[in-house]
Amino acid sequence: MDLRLLAAAPSDAEREAIDAVAGAPESNGYRVARSDRDRRHLLLPALRAAQRRVGWVSEGALGYACRRLDVPPADAYGVASFYALLALEERPADVLHVCTDLACRLAGAEVPDGAHESPCLGLCERAPASLRTIAGKEPRELQLPETGPPLPQAGVDGLRLLRRIAAGLDPESLDSYRAHGGYAALARALELGREGVIGEVDASHLLGRGGAAFPTGVKWRAVAGQAAFPHYLVCNADESEPGTFKDRTLMESDPFALVEAMTIAAFATGCEHGFVYVRAEYPLAHARLENAFARARAAGLLGDDVMGAGFAFDVELRIGAGAYVCGEETALFQSIEGYRGEPRNKPPFPVEVGLFGKPTVVNNVETLFNVPEILTGDGSAGTRLFCVSGHVGRPGLYELPLGTPLRELLELAEARPPKAVLLGGAAGSFLRPDQLDLELSFEAARAAGVSLGSGVVLVFDESADLVDAVLRIAEFFRDESCGQCVPCRVGTVRQEEALKRLAAGRGNGDELEVLADLEQVMRDASICGLGQTAASAVKSAIDNLGVLT
Amino acid sequence: MSDVELTIDGLSVRVPEGSTILDACRKLEIATPTLCYADTLKPVNVCRVCVVEVEGSRALVPSCSRKVEPGMAVHTSSPRVRTSRRMVLELLGSSVDLSRADDALRYLEEYGARPGRFGADAATVAKPVKVDNELYVRDYSRCILCYKCVEACGEEYQNTFAIAVAGRGFGAHISTELDVELPESACVYCGNCVAVCPTGALIGKAEFDLREAGTWDESRQEQANTVCPYCGVGCNLTLHVQDGDIVKVTSPDDHDVTRGNLCVKGRFGYQFVQNRSE
Repeated sequence: MDLRLLAAAPSDAEREAIDAVAGAPESNGYRVARSDRDRRHLLLPALRAAQRRVGWVSEGALGYACRRLDVPPADAYGVASFYALLALEERPADVLHVCTDLACRLAGAEVPDGAHESPCLGLCERAPASLRTIAGKEPRELQLPETGPPLPQAGVDGLRLLRRIAAGLDPESLDSYRAHGGYAALARALELGREGVIGEVDASHLLGRGGAAFPTGVKWRAVAGQAAFPHYLVCNADESEPGTFKDRTLMESDPFALVEAMTIAAFATGCEHGFVYVRAEYPLAHARLENAFARARAAGLLGDDVMGAGFAFDVELRIGAGAYVCGEETALFQSIEGYRGEPRNKPPFPVEVGLFGKPTVVNNVETLFNVPEILTGDGSAGTRLFCVSGHVGRPGLYELPLGTPLRELLELAEARPPKAVLLGGAAGSFLRPDQLDLELSFEAARAAGVSLGSGVVLVFDESADLVDAVLRIAEFFRDESCGQCVPCRVGTVRQEEALKRLAAGRGNGDELEVLADLEQVMRDASICGLGQTAASAVKSAIDNLGVLT
Repeated sequence: MSDVELTIDGLSVRVPEGSTILDACRKLEIATPTLCYADTLKPVNVCRVCVVEVEGSRALVPSCSRKVEPGMAVHTSSPRVRTSRRMVLELLGSSVDLSRADDALRYLEEYGARPGRFGADAATVAKPVKVDNELYVRDYSRCILCYKCVEACGEEYQNTFAIAVAGRGFGAHISTELDVELPESACVYCGNCVAVCPTGALIGKAEFDLREAGTWDESRQEQANTVCPYCGVGCNLTLHVQDGDIVKVTSPDDHDVTRGNLCVKGRFGYQFVQNRSE
């Protein structure tokens, strides 16, 4: 590409940081090396590296990344300005991002001078929480508080997904993982063969745990049968739904299980290369996964000849940069490919045209965690994780059999008598105190017109300000809309405006009608699930709880 | 390639495989509003004003990009479709200056859209007009973010990549690198972005100056087709002439070679024609 590049030069530190991602430059002056073509997918890692080194993305760093990766500067600027955690203005190397989202508000979050407000950091069980990022030669990111309460179900029998964590597994040790039964499922998968594995996943009726509840076996079979190659496996670990922290807990505390599950998925669907896309706000998960990848590679459990069985699979970590929408699978592909996280129109679906235009399996972390359990356990996928936070005595991650009444979960978590429960997160819905007998299963939720979503159960007691919560949800969607399609880009703004008028008692009588119309156009005409659900919780607060009416 | 049969609003229609629902609607002469769609560009399906209802599909689908399938049953004027189209128009009409967007204005009326219902304090994309060069002007208060200019500048036509969408959400906007002015950017002034802009956000400087002076008058303009005098490619030009002066140059969209595109010389290099001796 014949690019006109930015004039500013990078500092030595920025150059070094970007070269560490892009590789050593060839000595061809200012021309772009041929080998640098088609490496646009390294744009986000390169910008992230520069920012971690010097604290922001300067003009020099942006320009140097463009030169190294053959990306037009206007395009790269469009990408950099899309992601909330990339700073295009100089700022101190040490930045505090304070969560002001639903659970942390209930816990009295306060933003000190000089700190940045942040959407949900996925640390709701230890709210109020924040993330500290320190740029430099040895950059660090800290999730604060650094530890949360212990797993509420430690010592409980019958856990599947949380079994090893409850038993005190060492998340950094492959030996410990093996001692807890690790890699027995991959061995069984190799015996069963590809079709056998897909058959068992099918028979388990495993439904995706990211929110959309699509049958995993159907997805796998669709990719396995695609003639186009390569096939890609993507683990969606961009968990950003406010109130959700299940995937973080799994990745931090049992990372080898994700590696094993992905290896089985790759074996079954014919993928040689996998990506785990984790949100930037989860530094401990990054470190634990990188460690697990390295140890699995060293033990021959990833690489050219996995377990000596003659199939190749390796996996790489990709890190987001602050964008809820990148949890939408096609926005996630765009992000990995080095573009703005703008969702693609479907069809075509990822099983046909996915990452880099190839057939792609996308599975959520919790979904994948079910796979080894299906192969070595009783063959069912009968439990689900719930992220309980808010006004409860024992916040944290719970694993329960599907169909358990919500009331039972609230009792386990020692919830205070609720005024409302938010089920499924900001894209979910509010329940009334008289709806707590709801069974936590896909079918019962659907029948009740709600969704389990990503397993969020956020409790608001009598003291809670529900108007504040509804306004925060509206603000969240306004901030997180990618801006691509009109219904969501403008609709989320109009939704917030109408709610604010009502909350301030300045309504002109039309607001509820406007809000209903906005809900309809966003649900019906937005490109992706973000826009389609951007009014869901707001609508339920109005219709079901009578908030602001 | 074989034909695909489907029904639209109860009418049966056959179109070649690979056609879009919009193509099929047009075959049946069902008027379908479009804003971000252009015959000469790949559909980006972002404005959502062309949405239709397809039986069996949970959400509405963009007719401009959705390919027809055998047996598809499409509805183009159900209450759901009309509500979404009206709302898209109200959302745009309340946030963007559409006063020179003729198509959008027509649709607003047709769908009974009331952009004023969001109140006087409704946020808009208003920002100062950018006049930073002698050839064209960017008035992003009129921008509906249809992506056409970005596509035309990028891989669809020009491969210059001088502009992209930057920012996010309601703050998303068309931008050069770091928002620098055009003369500092990679822009080569082909004006192909101006040619595809549906709302008057991008217009030639000559047109801008006449509009500012209150003398731009399309009813007084004539169009003359000719061939570009510069190189040997021979692009077709349409000269827009007002009071004996060329005030704008376009190229026919339906020409197989240029498809509406020109270079800086063809589009803006006409002053020599009208340098008259005093």
